Amino acid sequence: MKSIEELKAIRDRTLKEMSIRDNEDKMRIVVGMATCGIAAGAKNVMNAFIDELNKRNINNVTVSMTGCIGICRLEPVAEVFDATGEKTTYVKLDAEKARRIVAEHIVNQKVVTEFTVGAAER
Amino acid sequence: MVYRSHVLICNGTGCTASKVPEIMARLEKALAEKGLEKEVKIVKTGCFGLCEKGPIMVVYPEGATYCHVAPDDIEEIVNEHLVKGRIVKRLLLGDKDVEDVAKSLDNVGFFNRQVRIALRNCGVINPEVIDEYIARDGYMALAKALTEMTPQQVIDEIKKSGLRGRGGGGFPTGMKWQFAANQVSDQKYVCCNADEGDPGAFMDRSILEGDPHSVIEAMAIAGYAIGANQGYIYVRAEYPIAVQRLQIAISQAREYGLLGKNIFGTDFSFDLDIRLGAGAFVCGEETALMTSIEGHRGEPRTRPPFPAVKGLWGKPTILNNVETYANIPVILLKGADWFNTIGTEKSKGTKVFAIGGKINNTGLVEIPMGMTLREVIYDIGGGIPKGKKFKAAQTGGPSGGCIPASHIDVPIDYDNLLELGSMMGSGGMIIMDEDNCMVDIAKFFLEFTVDESCGKCPPCRIGTKRMYEILDRITSGKGEEGDIEKLELLAENIKQSALCGLGQTAPNPVLSTIRYFRDEYEAHVKEHRCPAGVCRALLKYFIIPDKCKGCSLCSKKCPVGAISGEIKKPYVIDQNKCIKCGVCMDTCKFAAIEKK
Ligand SMILES: Cc1cc2nc3c(=O)[nH]c(=O)nc-3n(C[C@H](O)[C@H](O)[C@H](O)COP(=O)(O)O)c2cc1C
Ligand code: FES
Repeated sequence: MKSIEELKAIRDRTLKEMSIRDNEDKMRIVVGMATCGIAAGAKNVMNAFIDELNKRNINNVTVSMTGCIGICRLEPVAEVFDATGEKTTYVKLDAEKARRIVAEHIVNQKVVTEFTVGAAER
Repeated sequence: MVYRSHVLICNGTGCTASKVPEIMARLEKALAEKGLEKEVKIVKTGCFGLCEKGPIMVVYPEGATYCHVAPDDIEEIVNEHLVKGRIVKRLLLGDKDVEDVAKSLDNVGFFNRQVRIALRNCGVINPEVIDEYIARDGYMALAKALTEMTPQQVIDEIKKSGLRGRGGGGFPTGMKWQFAANQVSDQKYVCCNADEGDPGAFMDRSILEGDPHSVIEAMAIAGYAIGANQGYIYVRAEYPIAVQRLQIAISQAREYGLLGKNIFGTDFSFDLDIRLGAGAFVCGEETALMTSIEGHRGEPRTRPPFPAVKGLWGKPTILNNVETYANIPVILLKGADWFNTIGTEKSKGTKVFAIGGKINNTGLVEIPMGMTLREVIYDIGGGIPKGKKFKAAQTGGPSGGCIPASHIDVPIDYDNLLELGSMMGSGGMIIMDEDNCMVDIAKFFLEFTVDESCGKCPPCRIGTKRMYEILDRITSGKGEEGDIEKLELLAENIKQSALCGLGQTAPNPVLSTIRYFRDEYEAHVKEHRCPAGVCRALLKYFIIPDKCKGCSLCSKKCPVGAISGEIKKPYVIDQNKCIKCGVCMDTCKFAAIEKK
């Protein structure tokens, strides 16, 4: 170790990996992964969320799973909770849509209305 | 590599002893079967402190904390939680009926009343991965010291923080460093005391197992401050996991150049070696420890000269405790002023205690100095089992004393404990309830010091033995008028004339129990009675005629045939035959047997 910069680089890189272990007031993405969700491709959706967040170096959002959210015909479903607990439900997702949600909802704080459960039900 | 879930599993000594290796193997296998190895990361951590509820497992991102995990639970955790995202509520620690698991721990006083400085990384990082330590600002304090501060500035900051030694004596750390820094010498040494001989204490072990780099970093900082380029960690060989993690940590630090030549490109060089001790209590005493590192029999010598002047191989040396070191990097990074906001007037920061004995949450806790014993016992420790009454707490182990229930609201710090006739010690805290006999407790600790006395000086070698004999006499019903006074006289003489701290403090448990529980001693001596019902020789078992149904069960179970009678009539115990084993009391279905 010849410099503090080297040390900081290791710190920042590892911190990113470890950020999942610290769950204080963060945004959360919860993907429905019951049988219905998995059959509809929820796993791809989840991986896309994780991958996109990682690519963009976003450490303060966790991705987790839950059981059946109760709207099986609209699977894959994901819920985005912002830091205050406000919930947005996205439905009929695929990997591409997941990436857009990261770009627009997470990064730019704008709900992607066209993918929400409200839009699908209309 | 980014994983969607991290599963933290405690690999502390406590949990490891409860099938963690099997749990790890089952988990790895189950993840492989489900094809989840690339999505779920298994992280080995050090002790969470709640060993009593172990094995402990924490699953992120949800932060679900599972307790008493058994190998057979693994399948369910994988299938439910890791595959389907459904928390296994029956295994949750804390509130099991919450919607949001993160909240399940909110009401667990054990965690939320603690302030974790020395234990900051225990149960949080993988101690075998140096990057995880670095991620939590590890080695930043060393970098700051080497590149932005002079050695004197480092010492000044430690002095200003008010940090006092956590190994027992409570000597101001900054002052100790200053003494050693002031010495002019071609060679100086930095030593770490990881002997941890106090029975029941295991905080040093947990720090070494859960966060070895914090000690390594602090020792390098100390080396820079006093002008030493070599350090030794003296650790007992009975701590195999700690030794192994230290070895891994030292070699990783060397690989990164955080130990070795020209650290951070400066002209400061420092390296570390481990020395194993055989586990003798006296080797925790500083001069004996250094004699042992030099390869001789671990016996103490007189002070002065103090080690800061003449220590290891006659060179200026500082010795600090593991927990003392673990505080150093945080103090340098956050500053002495921050550290000063925690604790009391003369005792700054926190102290780790290993709470054991009659308490619900046995384990390791780090509390801010100044917290009361009541808060430790009831808020963090979860109270006394079976609703029994708190009687006293023993702190400072065989060198300390007891704090009786009447002082339960005294804020815990160095000076208050000394005033009460006990001491902070290294942090063992044994909780006693109404069923503990204080004479018996004093005898227990004295027996320990008699065994561990190195034998070099007569007051300790012979004096403690004589005290033990008197206590043994008292507890076997042969106490004589004047015994208590003899104990007091011997105790004072030993304290004043013994060579090292072991002998000088050995009488403390006896003196402090006499101070607060003289009536119990008197009951033993004068009435040949043990009020708590512990000392066997003083007990008698009786059958209460009104309650005895004459079922004959006890007489069948009695190993010496001391119980006789007629069916359906009250039985009787022959006191001459009775060996006081208590089997009759355990067998009786009608609670018709009492001991007095
Ligand atoms: C009999 C005896 C046993 C001791 N055992 C330990 C021990 O196990 N660990 C420890 O750190 N200090 C122990 N000490 C205290 C050390 O002598 C020394 O004061 C301490 O390690 C200094 O470090 P500190 O200032 O950081 O507390 C013991 C002292 C005596 C007299
Ligand atoms: S050893 Fe696992 S919690 Fe202490």
